[in-house]
Amino acid sequence: MCLSIPARIIRIDLPFAVVTAGGNEFRVGVHLLSKPEADEYVLVHAGFAIQKIDQAEAEQTLDLIREMGINLAKDKEYDENH
Amino acid sequence: MDDKIRIGHGSGGSMMQTLIREVFIPAIGNPYLEAGGDAALLPFPEGALAFTTDTFVVNPLFFPGGDIGKLAVCGTLNDLAVVGAKPLYMSAAFLLEEGLDIRVLKMILASMAGEAEAAGVPVVAADTKVVEKAKADKVFIQMSGIGQVSSDKRHLSSMEKLVPGDVLIVNGSIGEHSVAVLAAREDTPLLCPAYSDCANLTGLIEEVWPFMSGIHAMRDLTRGGLATVCCEMASLRRLGIKLREEEIPVLPVTESFCELFGYEPYYLANEGKVILAVEKTMAQDVLKIWRAHPLGKQAAIIGEITDLSPDEVILHTRIGGKRRLIPLPGEQLPRIC
Amino acid sequence: MKIIDQFRHKELAASLVRQIHQEAKGDYTFMEVCGGHTMAIQQFGIPSLLPPGIRLLSGPGCPVCVTARNYVDEAILLAERTGVLLATYGDLLRVPGSKGSLEQSRAEGALVRVIYSPLDVLKLARENPHLQVIFLAIGFETTAPGNGIALMEAQNQGLKNFFMLSAQKVMPPAMQAVVQEGSGVQGFICPGHVSTITGSGIFEFLPRDYGIACVISGFEPVDLLLSILLLIRQINHSQPRIEVQYARAVKPEGNLKAQAVIDRAFDLTPSWWRGFGTISDSGLAPKPSLADWDAQRVFDIQFQEKEDEGLCRCADILRGSAKPFECPLFGLDCTPANPIGACMVSPEGACAASYKYQNYGR
Repeated sequence: MCLSIPARIIRIDLPFAVVTAGGNEFRVGVHLLSKPEADEYVLVHAGFAIQKIDQAEAEQTLDLIREMGINLAKDKEYDENH
Repeated sequence: MDDKIRIGHGSGGSMMQTLIREVFIPAIGNPYLEAGGDAALLPFPEGALAFTTDTFVVNPLFFPGGDIGKLAVCGTLNDLAVVGAKPLYMSAAFLLEEGLDIRVLKMILASMAGEAEAAGVPVVAADTKVVEKAKADKVFIQMSGIGQVSSDKRHLSSMEKLVPGDVLIVNGSIGEHSVAVLAAREDTPLLCPAYSDCANLTGLIEEVWPFMSGIHAMRDLTRGGLATVCCEMASLRRLGIKLREEEIPVLPVTESFCELFGYEPYYLANEGKVILAVEKTMAQDVLKIWRAHPLGKQAAIIGEITDLSPDEVILHTRIGGKRRLIPLPGEQLPRIC
Repeated sequence: MKIIDQFRHKELAASLVRQIHQEAKGDYTFMEVCGGHTMAIQQFGIPSLLPPGIRLLSGPGCPVCVTARNYVDEAILLAERTGVLLATYGDLLRVPGSKGSLEQSRAEGALVRVIYSPLDVLKLARENPHLQVIFLAIGFETTAPGNGIALMEAQNQGLKNFFMLSAQKVMPPAMQAVVQEGSGVQGFICPGHVSTITGSGIFEFLPRDYGIACVISGFEPVDLLLSILLLIRQINHSQPRIEVQYARAVKPEGNLKAQAVIDRAFDLTPSWWRGFGTISDSGLAPKPSLADWDAQRVFDIQFQEKEDEGLCRCADILRGSAKPFECPLFGLDCTPANPIGACMVSPEGACAASYKYQNYGR
């Protein structure tokens, strides 16, 4: 259970923050986060930010797939993002 | 004149005459309407008569990209255009709630007038009634439209020529109308840059008349969205439909909005989108023509008619999986799960 | 966030599918216990990509599916009182009680509003001081902290017309019940967003006491496929443990602040689950200190939960001991257009999801 989407914090207005996702902007409660900051990415569920998204961890998960010896198909898109 | 609609404005007396004279006629007036009879007398068109009717209800009345008036006129013209008709005349009946600000009515009528004039299709008959406060939600518009269908286009509405191998083309990205309307509602706490795609598609559709022999079906993607229309096509003709998720244009704002509320773009209403089923050999030409038109810049081939899995609409997902799209029983609801 | 797009990447997904086909030897039975996972698996068409030996079951992870009809009945009775406004998540609107749904009550004149956030309910209460606003709080650990904030805000603001009727539940006891029922589940795709709140420790008992493989999964295609691969590996090497695939959102300790909110606002209570009956310490109810905002206390509601009568097999399906197509009503009397059981009403219920990917899943 858990429809949550990633969104980027635009500005803080405690205990709320304005976030954006795909061009949509809305206000969420940040009561559940310790030190929310602008530009951070958070998971939003039912009007609240419930956790921050850790970019480094995301990279590591993708690295895991590489380490498994799975060859990433030659992919221009992936290279262009890095 | 009063600034608000009163019960008297619908009673047939002098208040109503004043409303008609000072509000309706300046906006949507034309010789037929101004003749003032109980019915308009119109020349009978040759070929087949196309006749459509629809009631328009939208909350909120004004949304990015349009309003109930534009919706009503475009919706009526589009219903005629997709059966191959040249739209000729429209009628409009207004149900107004007591207390409605007359300026709102004027804005709606101006919008309707703009679309009707641009299309060259007059509103030849009109009516207005007023109900007590709370018995209607501000404005409901009931419209009918008449058009002329030449014999070479008669196969469109029955889809009798639809065959496996036919290619499916849509004229652009899906879901924006619903997103714009939902986002514009007071209780949606969202700033959303989506615009309704509400538009009169007659011109876009006329561009492909030269390919009429190869166009086997044409539907507009209104209530229920792409998925519902495809399900209807598959079911009516007992054929299968294969859709490719990667090819279906969806704007990032729509995708995001859907993810937020648990909607799927395939089921959202559009007011400026049409789907064509065209013979494979003509598909690229049709696509090219549409992409050169302002309302078809994002046109895309999104799938095809098949003889596998008849009655079923199968979506081939972005990651190479398959799932079936089925008709939804009712409106999508936002969910937290 | 560009990197998140990578988790939908076609080529990465294809590599994982190939790897799954290579490493899967024999039969596996995995269960996901999160409505979001049920939907995602179906939307991406994942079952159509897996080797035939992998059985994917949907467990009791849909809060609507596991909630008793009686909860809806009691909510409808409240709605029928004058001066009451029910605030509900969209998920609950069409769920059938014994005699009808909230949607039907609304059609008959009851004040029922669909909200997206518990904060909306506070607003409704402030804006309608003459109405008693009752919030139908369903959900699991992902939603409980937000519900808790709203409850405590109601107390802070001294709102006299905000009430919460809780049907909130927590996952681990139900997962234990699934295993104890002997459903044959070898591995869990553990709920990703529940885990962002609770952390990974709550699932420790599953590999430790029952030898069940566990992977906490994200919701994108690459997340789910990688999680399935990791489960296969745990089983192939007989090394059941907790793995956090969804590391970008799940810390081992979870969200401590959110956990503190749950601790301050709610007590663990016994709770009734469709398919399992009453499970101790599986529900969350407002603490006695918040009794004035607890609708169950204020309106003196005694829930009479029981399994549905008739041929509906939702209970078996939620336990993992039957698949949707094994229910005599599935696809015939019970369809998304005319749902009979909760598993079909909810778009993320096992039956609704199964109906949609029919021949393309298992």
